Amino acid sequence: MKHMPLFEVFIRSKRGLDHTHVGSLHAEDHQQALEYARDVYTRRSEGVSIWVVKSADIVASQEGDRDSFYDPMDDKPYRHATHYVLPEEVNNM
Amino acid sequence: MNKDAIAEYATRLGDDALVLGHRLSEWCSNGPFLEEDIATINTALDFIGRARMFLSYAAELEGAGRSEDDLAYTRDCREFKNLLIHELPRGDFAFTTVRQFLVDASNVLFFEALCESSDPQLAAIAAKSVKECRYHLRRSHDWLLRLGDGTEESRRRCQDALDDLWGYTDELFAMDALEQALLDAGVAVDRVALKERWLPLVSAAIDEATLQLPALPALPGGGREGIHTEHLGHLLAELQFVQRAYPGLQW
Repeated sequence: MKHMPLFEVFIRSKRGLDHTHVGSLHAEDHQQALEYARDVYTRRSEGVSIWVVKSADIVASQEGDRDSFYDPMDDKPYRHATHYVLPEEVNNM
Repeated sequence: MNKDAIAEYATRLGDDALVLGHRLSEWCSNGPFLEEDIATINTALDFIGRARMFLSYAAELEGAGRSEDDLAYTRDCREFKNLLIHELPRGDFAFTTVRQFLVDASNVLFFEALCESSDPQLAAIAAKSVKECRYHLRRSHDWLLRLGDGTEESRRRCQDALDDLWGYTDELFAMDALEQALLDAGVAVDRVALKERWLPLVSAAIDEATLQLPALPALPGGGREGIHTEHLGHLLAELQFVQRAYPGLQW
């Protein structure tokens, strides 16, 4: 058990929606991870498609990177559509 | 075809599912690790769900006012008609795996054939069951390869289980007068014909798992006549305890 790799599980709940992260599990390999994902996370018909990926293969941003990653966006309101005043003629933007 | 014969047939299939489902349920909280525990219990629930469908149909055909619960919880050993392979104790995980593989392979073929039954209710239950059986077989086949072609210990345990179980597989493919009559009427499955397809399928997997196909004789059957191993009584004592101690209890 200690030697079994951890996998992250993503499930698409219905056609047209994105795969969403639902949790993780241990398995020997990808095939077994897929089967356990079916048994552990779709017991109540939650999904139409499952992705599994080794947790070790995910590269995650670090909390320490927060300032350099996200703060520079705070002073660029023009990147949001709401920054612009639209002419009266343009409805439903 | 007379209703009594179909009721008996449904009872046999229901008992097969109920007894093996109970054996699998014994792994609940005892599985080798959490994911496998959940997966095994899912499989147990598939079997118990199938037992409900068959037994409620048997009770309906019987028309004596009994329910699926009455059949499951108040019949004695001799009235249970499951094949012996299903009632053997769960053993170690290798034993459970090998039994599931042998039975799942047979069930896939059996329920594919039962989908063609002239009895619409049996055909409908088979159509639902065959999808479950294919998944069960995928799981048990994977585990057979993993354990058979695994460590020295897992291989030895698998081979022991295979040798212990092999003699009980003949009963999976035996026909008696009742099933033959139902087969002639288009209701039942020809079990004898299944064996020709089951054996190559099972042999190939056993070979791939680096195990030896046992050259062992068939063991006595008797499940369909209610003649069981010593193990069924103990299983029923646990399965039926609550309804025996508090008849009619509901919650």
